[in-house]
Amino acid sequence: MSMPPPEDDLQTRPKMVGARVKRTEDPRLLTGNGSFVDDRAVPGLLHVAFLRSDQAHARIRSIDCAEARRMPGVAAVFTAADLGHVATIEAISRMKSYRATPFRPLARDKVRFVGEPVAAVVADSRYLAEDARDLIVVDYEPLPAAVDPEGALADGAPLLHEHAPGNVLAERTFERGEVDAVMAAAPVRIRHRFRFHRKSPTAIENRAYLAEYEAGRGAITLYSTTQVPGIIRDALSEALDLPGHRIRVIAPDVGGGFGGKSSLFPEELFVCAASLQLGRSVKWTGDRLEDLLATSQGFDEIVEAELGLSEDGTIQALSAEVIGDVGAYSIYPWTAVIEPIQVVSFLPGPYRIEHYRGHVRAVATPKSPTGPYRGVGRPAAAFVIERLLDMAAHRLDIDPKQMRLRNFVGPDEFPYKIGSGIVWDRSGFTECLEAACDAVDYAALRREQAAARAAGRWFGIGIASYAELTGIGSRISAAPGMPINTGTETAAIRIDSTGAVTVAVGVASHGQGLETTLAQVVADQLGVRLQDIRIIHGDSAAVANATGSYASRSTVLAGGAVTKAALAVREKVFAAAAHLLECDAGDLEAEGGRIAIAGTDRSLSFRELARAVYAEMGRLPADAREELAATESYDPVFGTTTSATHIATLEIDPETYEIRLTRFVVAEDCGRVINPLIVDGQVHGGVAQGIGAALYEEVVYDDQGQLLTASLVDYVVPAANEIPPMQVEHMELELPNTIGGFRGMGEGGTIGAPAAIANAVSDALAPLGIEIDTLPITPERLFRLIETTKA
Amino acid sequence: MSKSCALRLTVNGVAHEVEVEPRLLLVDFLRQTLGLTGTHVGCEHGVCGACTVLVDGDSMRACLLFAAQLDGAEVETVESLGRIDDLHPLQQAFHEEHALQCGFCTPGMLMTGLDLIRKYPRASEAEIRDGLSGNLCRCTGYEHIVRAVRKAAARMAEGET
Repeated sequence: MSMPPPEDDLQTRPKMVGARVKRTEDPRLLTGNGSFVDDRAVPGLLHVAFLRSDQAHARIRSIDCAEARRMPGVAAVFTAADLGHVATIEAISRMKSYRATPFRPLARDKVRFVGEPVAAVVADSRYLAEDARDLIVVDYEPLPAAVDPEGALADGAPLLHEHAPGNVLAERTFERGEVDAVMAAAPVRIRHRFRFHRKSPTAIENRAYLAEYEAGRGAITLYSTTQVPGIIRDALSEALDLPGHRIRVIAPDVGGGFGGKSSLFPEELFVCAASLQLGRSVKWTGDRLEDLLATSQGFDEIVEAELGLSEDGTIQALSAEVIGDVGAYSIYPWTAVIEPIQVVSFLPGPYRIEHYRGHVRAVATPKSPTGPYRGVGRPAAAFVIERLLDMAAHRLDIDPKQMRLRNFVGPDEFPYKIGSGIVWDRSGFTECLEAACDAVDYAALRREQAAARAAGRWFGIGIASYAELTGIGSRISAAPGMPINTGTETAAIRIDSTGAVTVAVGVASHGQGLETTLAQVVADQLGVRLQDIRIIHGDSAAVANATGSYASRSTVLAGGAVTKAALAVREKVFAAAAHLLECDAGDLEAEGGRIAIAGTDRSLSFRELARAVYAEMGRLPADAREELAATESYDPVFGTTTSATHIATLEIDPETYEIRLTRFVVAEDCGRVINPLIVDGQVHGGVAQGIGAALYEEVVYDDQGQLLTASLVDYVVPAANEIPPMQVEHMELELPNTIGGFRGMGEGGTIGAPAAIANAVSDALAPLGIEIDTLPITPERLFRLIETTKA
Repeated sequence: MSKSCALRLTVNGVAHEVEVEPRLLLVDFLRQTLGLTGTHVGCEHGVCGACTVLVDGDSMRACLLFAAQLDGAEVETVESLGRIDDLHPLQQAFHEEHALQCGFCTPGMLMTGLDLIRKYPRASEAEIRDGLSGNLCRCTGYEHIVRAVRKAAARMAEGET
């Protein structure tokens, strides 16, 4: 079939796309009728409790499970030795310098971080499993470990993985132009070291996995809190040597992910292996301690960067040296590189920077592995480039807004390739900045600040602009060199004999509202009502090949795939309807669940049509009774640029050093908006996580590798009273070349907010000459900074 | 573990007379014994508020209570509110304002919101933010939740359903 023409004219916007449709997911979730993994009742279910390493780095001398095995109610106790039938898999990358690490459900020979699963009890209840778990005795031989990433890089540092010299799991350089020469000649140079500390995704639902065993087929269905059921199915098939039809992965209702549920986890593989071995259904439900210990973490970079500028503030060159602390293992399937490499990939941001070099090293340390977390690399990248821009603006006495306008890739300069090779298609860099400034009345705000400053108050305004690549197609892997195609999405649409429409997709919604937005797209393309449509997602059996939801891809890729499939089905619907209504298919139109000859009152419903096609013999010639179904795939090949400007205002309490955000405005260009209500919600949520990253959240390990932030008392996730009212401006400008003109926008809030807040705090403290270089800016950190500066 | 203790309590208007293990948490009693899986478990240390239920009209953390403590109590969970085709005004306001995304914190947020509205029907936006600050939501950034609680409070004050 042919591609639909790009729709440039927003006046031709159809009815459902663009409307503030209330979500179809809501009623079940509001009434306690959601179906989360742990809600599932299964007869004869066994429960798992893991014994986790309390050592950062140690050799396992022995594990004594005898007493645990004797406890009544215990079905089995496992160590690595009991899982010989599970094949070791690895996160693979074609990157030359990359070193994979083995992925195992339980530690073998050595442990490499506090929280790594060492043994597992399977028992009649979780209470009993935990009782027995406490009877297991592990004899460890402690090994030296370099907990600090720079220490881990030092000569002679103890090696976490013997095959990774220098503890480096990967290294990469992006370079364009004459960086050294241009930098040396630049009249103005800003060089600074930045630190973006480690975060936990902290979905409110902890991870949980339930392997339901089907004895008759020796098959399992894994109910998983995963964002990527397709990837998990394929990995389990490899690790357990099972064909795909004996292993199905379902992500039912999932309580948030943010990247922390987008990787394969040891516990996930374990419940499947144990289920197959025992021939029983097996469940593990993690608690918050386990989440903070062993769910993949995010960010954690040290960036030494330099910006060279001319006297008028035009950027001439940028260079950066990035150390990413990636934790103990290279996460499956994304690899340890995904987070830190995106820092150097995206560091040039929305700016015209001809000469660029970024060098990154991913360093193994005895901590929970890092993986994708909302924004992936770009929150740190935006933090660094946006801070450098403001530091230069302060030095040159240029307003931060003018500084950005001077250096943006201009509206007529697209497509623009940045120094790392990423290409920005047309996106509203300039328009978003102007819109955000208009929304806050920037000039008035600066006057308000001048008055506050004159009164001795610490009042700050922070701007951050960024660009991100979303809806990435097959030309670029979501993780560097990863041999999994993340650039294609498939949709299968079927109209059944009652006229109801079922849409199966490979993505997996876990809060994004895709059941609603994809139905909006299908309703418009097919001409049916929302209530006629059911979206099946989060099920590895839904389509032949799929991955899931991550990387701000689902609306672009699945939106495109359902559009193509709906158009193909509509062709079949019209062909059959043309017979029944005795007209040309070209004269037909469909709307609100009816197919009509345009401009006449002759019509029939989808229900009548379906009955005629499938059930009422003789109404259609045999060769016109084609099944009303189609499967189509969409590959946007490259992807498209989403951009935004965030503006934060805040005031610092001079007594407590509490930072109180007073306003937060986002102007974003995410292409055609399918549902403004949902886009607002995604931006608000992303910004709240960015606020957490900027002011509150930090995963802290001590110098022995013990986790100090092991509860939500110590790992502080912002609550309602810490988040300011937010305002979102949607810029629908020239639409991108994706089907439907959609861009991805699930992560952006988290990318811009830390940079905007860091700039606002620096702006508030400009009279003291303080430049924020470390996040989060906790009151303690701020107090020390101010006291040191004053001294 | 000691055997069990006798317990009589009312959950969502239904009287129960059961024997429970003394260490059984209220949230596990609700979810596993009674099958009321609308109440969720988020942290098991009383911070996230996902497990919030009303006990004798006050919002409480079901992960910090033993079922055995509730002899004689009246418990209300999210299942006591509306049904999918007949939402409670607070649920309806959450639906209209897009005050939920993944829906995992939602039952606890609704029960805390209900407690807040019943006790402080005229709460300001700042008071609502403070009142909800014992419940963590990782998806919404709270903006729409605050709007929904305000809207529901206004409607419930007017006696509108």
